[in-house]
Amino acid sequence: MTSYLAKRLLLLLFVLFGVVTLVFFLIHLIPGDPVDIMLGDTAVAADKLALRHDLGLDQPIMQQYGRYLGHVVQGDLGISIHSRAPVLREILARFPASAELMIGAMVVALLIAFPLGILAALKPHGLLDASAMFFSFLGIAMPHFWLGPLLIILFSIQLNWLPVNGRGTLAHLVLPAITLGTAMAAMLSRMIRASLLDVLGEDYIRTARAKGLPERTVVLRHALRNALVPVITVIGLQVGVLLSGAIITEAIFDWPGLGTLLLDGISTRNYPLVQGCILFIATIYVLVNMLTDTAYGWADPRVRVR
Amino acid sequence: MFRNRWTYLGLAVIVGFMLAALFAPLLAPYDPLTMNLIEQLSRPSAAHWLGQDVNGSDILSRLLYGARISLVVSLAVVALAGSIGVVLGLISGYFGGWTDTLLMRLVDILLAFPGLLLAIALVAVLGPDVKNVIIALTVLGWVSFARLVRGQVLAVKEREFVLAARAAGASNRRIMLVHILPNIMGPVIVQATFSVAGVIIAESSLSFLGLGAPPGTPSWGAMLADGKQVLMDAPHVSIFPGLAIMLAVLAFNFVGDGLRDRYDPKGSSIKK
Repeated sequence: MTSYLAKRLLLLLFVLFGVVTLVFFLIHLIPGDPVDIMLGDTAVAADKLALRHDLGLDQPIMQQYGRYLGHVVQGDLGISIHSRAPVLREILARFPASAELMIGAMVVALLIAFPLGILAALKPHGLLDASAMFFSFLGIAMPHFWLGPLLIILFSIQLNWLPVNGRGTLAHLVLPAITLGTAMAAMLSRMIRASLLDVLGEDYIRTARAKGLPERTVVLRHALRNALVPVITVIGLQVGVLLSGAIITEAIFDWPGLGTLLLDGISTRNYPLVQGCILFIATIYVLVNMLTDTAYGWADPRVRVR
Repeated sequence: MFRNRWTYLGLAVIVGFMLAALFAPLLAPYDPLTMNLIEQLSRPSAAHWLGQDVNGSDILSRLLYGARISLVVSLAVVALAGSIGVVLGLISGYFGGWTDTLLMRLVDILLAFPGLLLAIALVAVLGPDVKNVIIALTVLGWVSFARLVRGQVLAVKEREFVLAARAAGASNRRIMLVHILPNIMGPVIVQATFSVAGVIIAESSLSFLGLGAPPGTPSWGAMLADGKQVLMDAPHVSIFPGLAIMLAVLAFNFVGDGLRDRYDPKGSSIKK
């Protein structure tokens, strides 16, 4: 297990280094002068000079890169151009809202996916199975930016049950969490169904049934526990889907999280903020993947050998 | 040909969308760019079957023209990303060694950006434009093809017919293109079909965020973004473009599932 962990950690450091490098070079892909674009044509020369110096753009590129790497390692993601506040502080101020939304979406996804996946696997090819699989097709095909408005039309405008946007109470969280969690629920219910169907065909399940155990115990205790291993990996990987889906969901519901911060940064051409948000989101994703892989390796020793 | 009737339904819908995109100038009842502020946000009627949007433009006409952007972008991205991914995956899997290590580490780095994040970042710096959307989604898309092809090549390259070709003196290039590639195309075609669905959603997402086609261009994502501003007064502006996106994505997923049943029955999640 130790050598497995060491290998994963080494890969993690390499990937993080690659991510930082890619994010650094992003600003150099901007066609034209980044300072002109950030400040606009009307900015005075002194302001442009100051910003160029602040961003280190007046130095040779490798020196800029070294400086950026050094700053990132110390947790310094630069200064936001408009608020003049440290980028990391702005990100950390918005992160709890995004985390709240993602946890809400995860809860919605698990609450839908488990009953649906289990019921579909228990009676394969029946009406319930067909309906569950149709839901999963629909859930995957329905983009967040359509489901969100549909939910607003129904629950906020027609029924007047839930607020249209904003954050604060549990009622504010319901629609964004359903919007973000539905695709994950669709994906997970298919995965749980397929995994459970595989396990239900195993010999030890037949033995458990032959012993006279109630079907409920056979499914929940014997089959589901073993079917969960691949499902856990998918849940970990789906965090990435939630992270990028959150950007769109936050835009729909004016949710004050990292996604709206990133989009604000893009619309105001605040590139240090954009770079910081991207680096922060990618780092979280890489760390969650690493944790999922480690948990998987811990749960299933065969993974460590591969 | 296909066991699943949903596949045929998917094919029919795809052909329908392609014809709509191709013959949009003939089918569209109005010019999609014509504004009519007096009749803005009008509900569906006999004159405007799907109603009118914020600018009073005919929603049906904009949807028909919007199909062009969605299909052109998604087919272009899948063609480009598929070609790059197949070539790099072939090289990586066939030669192994440092080429493989280098390419797979690059894949690891690109996969560290969840979902659309890298595409959003690239379009944000390159500027919102259809061409830049294609570039960004290609940068994002080749990775899954390369990984798939590399895995397939690793499985095929030690098979007897490849060893026989090598023993007969065939060049590496010939072995890769003539002997290995045709034997791994099944899963690649399946992946390409699912990718079209993914790119339709990705392109619409970028347009929804204002990072796709320029303002005014009829694009499904941008139509939804416009609709969001008037949800209270005119929900129909949002409903129809979303329905078009969902139908197109469902159709490509149905066809992808049918192709997977045919080429890779073990991978099917529906027909268990």
